[in-house]
Parts: sequence; structure tokens; C-alpha cells
Amino acid sequence: MELLTNILAATVVAGTPLLLVALGELICERSGVLNLGQEGMMLMGAVAGFAAALSSGSLVVGLAAAILAGIGMSLLFAFMAVTLAANQYAAGLALTIFGTGLSAFLGAGFVGQSIDGFTRVAIPLLSDIPVVGRVFFDQDPLVYLSLLIFACVAVFLRKTRGGLLLRAVGESPEAANANGLKVLVVRYLAVAFGGGMAGLAGAYLSLAYTPLWTENMTAGRGWIALALVVFATWRPERVLLGAYLFGAASILHLVLQGLGWKSSTELLAMLPYLVTILMLVLLSWNPARTRLNTPLSLGQPYRPGR
Amino acid sequence: MLLLEKRPVDSTLMRWASPVLALVLTVITGFVLFLAMGKDPVDGLKFFFITPISDLIGLAELGLKMAPLLLCAAGLTVCYRAKLWNIGAEGHFLIGALGASVMAVQLVDHSGFWVLPVVLLAGVLGAMVWAAIAAGLKTHLHCNEILTTIMLNYIALNLLLYVVHGPLKDPYGFGFPQSVMFSDSALLPALIPGTRLHLGLAFGLLAAVAVWVLFARSFIGFQLNVVGQDHRAAAFAGFGARRLTWFAFLIAGATAGLAGASEVTGPIGQLVPQVSPGYGYTAIIVVFLGRMHAVGIVAASALLALTFIGGEMLQIAMNMPKAVTGLFQGLLLFYLLTCDAFIHYRVRLKPSAHQSTKAAVTAAHGEA
Repeated sequence: MELLTNILAATVVAGTPLLLVALGELICERSGVLNLGQEGMMLMGAVAGFAAALSSGSLVVGLAAAILAGIGMSLLFAFMAVTLAANQYAAGLALTIFGTGLSAFLGAGFVGQSIDGFTRVAIPLLSDIPVVGRVFFDQDPLVYLSLLIFACVAVFLRKTRGGLLLRAVGESPEAANANGLKVLVVRYLAVAFGGGMAGLAGAYLSLAYTPLWTENMTAGRGWIALALVVFATWRPERVLLGAYLFGAASILHLVLQGLGWKSSTELLAMLPYLVTILMLVLLSWNPARTRLNTPLSLGQPYRPGR
Repeated sequence: MLLLEKRPVDSTLMRWASPVLALVLTVITGFVLFLAMGKDPVDGLKFFFITPISDLIGLAELGLKMAPLLLCAAGLTVCYRAKLWNIGAEGHFLIGALGASVMAVQLVDHSGFWVLPVVLLAGVLGAMVWAAIAAGLKTHLHCNEILTTIMLNYIALNLLLYVVHGPLKDPYGFGFPQSVMFSDSALLPALIPGTRLHLGLAFGLLAAVAVWVLFARSFIGFQLNVVGQDHRAAAFAGFGARRLTWFAFLIAGATAGLAGASEVTGPIGQLVPQVSPGYGYTAIIVVFLGRMHAVGIVAASALLALTFIGGEMLQIAMNMPKAVTGLFQGLLLFYLLTCDAFIHYRVRLKPSAHQSTKAAVTAAHGEA
């Protein structure tokens, strides 16, 4: 029981960065914009957060810097993909390549340094519940923040006027425009939200998960999050579930080693990527269902008629 | 006020001016960056762009880095023309290196002219199988190729690390994760004696010629173009999208696999964990910068090869982080896509409301 509780708690921690970045991408894709630059924005968030936290001595300043870095990167993307109506695939790839290079460049001086990252804060009473208490209510503050953001995103999409407008823009920008909606503004906001969330997710890695900076420390999480949104068929609840599922896959090798399983670390490290492919297969083999769930205008640039 | 307006026809001039413009903007940004870091910008740019290729050894090193980029880019061009977003060149490359190494270690006690072709073939076939996984996932299970190829890249990297730390590790290698040195018969011959430049560059140039022939002279190249430009038109014409997808992915696997095999049998001579500094990813930039055209990718691969050795030169000469390479590559692609917008659009000065009223008033007065 003790072991299981610990595994579940570690799963939530490993799933949190995925949850954060995937929620951002979910909003972005619901507006019809596919941003493949998640990996680049996360890396920029990670390095900016670490640098700011190290120099200011404040983790909150680090978080703010990470979010701003993510938003800044996403606005570059938005300029290309929304304003200039460039190919979203190419622009997103460019953002990832650019972010990977820039973060390695900026972070070169921080390699090998460490900070005191976020630590666990137990919520009184709730954390005393057996198993669930330890898993959800005895974690670091960012885990609580991610759950709060999840709740906000879910309510926003389903229950608010803003969510309705966002979905309208994603399904049919022409119709939304005809109804007087500023499609480009909505898309800019959605992309920026995605950027901020990716920055936050990066900061989770460099300020909480492993409080240090190394080149390419996201290890493909930005890409996994993109698969996660497909897996979740663009629904927030399934994003939450999927994030923890992928989190479990990414710590499985630690668990197996803990249980005395003799296998090479490199082979086990493939697991999250294999699981991702497996999930994609399960979710995409029926193209009709994919078409049914995908925001209709996803990936298509919109140019307002004059 | 500035207004973006769609051109009636795409601008051919802009299509070819855009890469040059992007390079100029990147150099200007580099200039500012050096200034901001308190380094001499003229020296910095000289060390990055000119010093590395100012002698024969330097030019040979450029060719050495060009070879894998050009090979990977040739295969990706075939994919991207058909709008198949294969990001997997890095994975194909690693599996190519791995396959060739496994074969070379098996044949370490053999000699003869046949050893090298067998070793290269092992790499090529391995990478084609790897690419076939992504092709099959796309054509039969409808998985997005961007995500599957990226995941396969990470899996390939871990597979390579496993092999180099495990089965293929040299027992007498002082614990270093590396294979034994290959036999001389498994090594690519040098192109220019006295330098490290090997036959791989010739493979790359041949691949570029093959790409040219494919798209300028063959029916399958035409079909690939049509699929890329209009999926529905291709379907009406009866061009099998599945067959073309398989073709493009297998070609990409073969060329990138040959690049990986050439890397371990060329400058390295054994399998090591850091076979690739990201050639497969950089090749994506080469394809876009080279306008998906044979001549273009040759020029673009030379430029991006220069960013690798220029970055190393800056590290040695000016004590700058090696990551400057990735930064330059990222900036270049970024500016390129921005400039590319002006292939389809042009900027027009839209007269403000105030000005147009004034003009109307003047015109009215003129009439009166």
C-alpha cells in the first residue's frame, strides 16, 4: 500500500508538466491553431525560470519569468502563423528549433548550478485521507496550481461565453467573423495562453521536478503533450487522465527498477515514447472518429476578407 | 497604415530572394548579439563565417559536415514535396549508423572490397525499416506522421544508447561507451588525401542529382508534386496516396540511413553515443532554405554545415557557448518563414481615413 501510494504520487508529479503544457495546447488548438513549438516554448520557460529564480532568489519571480518567456515565444509564432498566415507546421517546427537553440545558448552559463526548488506543502485535513491525501493533497504548490487551471479551463470551455466564442473560431472562423468576432484577436489570445502554459510547464521541470538546468531537459515532453491532445480528443477531462497516464509511463522504468527488474535504463527509457505511439494508434485508427473530434479549422490559416 | 494584400500570383523573385534576405537578417541579428555580449562583432562574424573555410582543411571539414545534411535533406525533400511532414531524419540517421556499426563489428576480422558495401547496406536497410514503421502507421493506422516520427527519433536514440552501452560496447574500451574500431575495409575512402573528407559527400551530391531527376524528369516525381499541391486532384487522377507515402518515406529512410552509415564508417570509424549533433533536425532547415530544390539544398547544406564548424570555431576562439550553432540555425529558419510570407502577400500602404477624405475634398475642388 505504501509503495502504491508513492507510485501514484510520483505519477501525479511526472504528469503535471504534461498536464500544464497540454491544457495550453488544448486551448490553442480549440481556436484552430496548431502550434508544434511546444518543446521550444517549454525549454525557454525552463531556462528563463531557472535563471530568474537563481538570480532573484525567488521561485515566484522564476515562475513569472517562465510564463513571460513562453508568451514571448508564442507571440513570435502567432506573428508568423496568424498575422502572416504562414504554414503552421513549418512555423511551429521553427519555433521548436529556435527555442532549443536559444535556450541552450542562454542557459550555457547555468549548467551545473542548482537551486532549492518547490517543496511539498501538505494541505491540512485533506492530506490525511488515506492514499488520495498523499497523492493529490501532499504535493508541491504547482501541482495544486495545475489542478486549479485544469478546473478553470474545463469550466471556461463548457460553461462560459468566452469558451463558446473560442470554439466557434476554431470550428468556423468565417462564420465567427460574420458574427462580428475578431478571429485573429481570439487566435492571438489562445496562442499566448498556450505559450504561457508551456513556459509554466518548463518552469515545473527546472524549478520543481529537477531543480536545475540542462540542455534539452524537456526530453520530448512538448511533443508528447501534442499527442496527448489528440489522445484526449480535445476534451479537458481526458487531457487530465491522459497526462497522468503518460506520467505513469514515464516513471515506469523507475518503478520496475525499484521492484528489482533487471533491464537496461536505455531500453526502459523508450517506454513513454512507445506508449505515445501506441496511444496514437488506438485513437487514430478510425479516421472518421478523428475527423468528428478535431476542431474543423485546425491548422488552416485564416485571412479576414477586407 | 500598412496592409498585407494577397498577390494575384506568387512572386518567383521573392521565392528565391527570401533565403538570401533571411541570411542577411540572421547576420544582422548576430552582429547585434555579439555587441550585446560585449564581443567584437566583426571578429565574431569572421570567426563564424570565414575563418573555418579559409584553407583546404577547413573546406574539407565543411564538405564532411555537408555530406550528412545533404543526404538527409534529399530524402526529406521527397517527403515535403508531397506534404508528408517527416521529422524523422534524425531517427533514420541514428538507425543507419547503428545498423552499419552492428554489421561492421560482425565483420571486423574480414577484409575485402565487399565489406564496405555490405556495411553501408546494413545501415540503409535498417533505416528503411525504421522509416517504414512511420509510413505504415500513417497509411494503415492514420497516425499523424509528425508525432510518430518524433517519437521514433527518441526511441532510436535510446536504442543506440542501449547498444553502445551494452551489446556493442568494446570490452577493452576502458569502460567508455563505444564499439571497437572498424576494420580498414569497412571504412569509406578519403576524397581528398590528407583530409577527413570522405566519399559521403559524393553520395550526398549524387542524392541531390537523383532528386533533380526525380522531380524534373519522372512521373512519380510529378505525382508527388500533385499530391502535395492538391490532394483531391491527385485522388481524381488516380495517384495512389498510400503508394506515394511509402515511396517518400522509404527514400527518406534510405538517404538518411546512408548518411548515418557514412558517418560511422567515415570520420568516426566506430560507434559512439554522440554520432549526430542533430543533422536530421538541421536537414529540415536545409530543405526549407533550399526551396525543396536540388540545387537549393546543395547550397543550403553548405551554409548550415558552416554553422556547425563556425560554432566550434567561436567556442575555441572567443570562448562562446557552442549552442550558438543552434541559435543561428533557429534564427535562420525563423526569418526564412517570415520572409516567405511575402511570396504570397505584398505590403501595401493603405491610406488612412483622414487622408482619403482630404484627397476626395481636393478632387471635388478641382472639379468645381
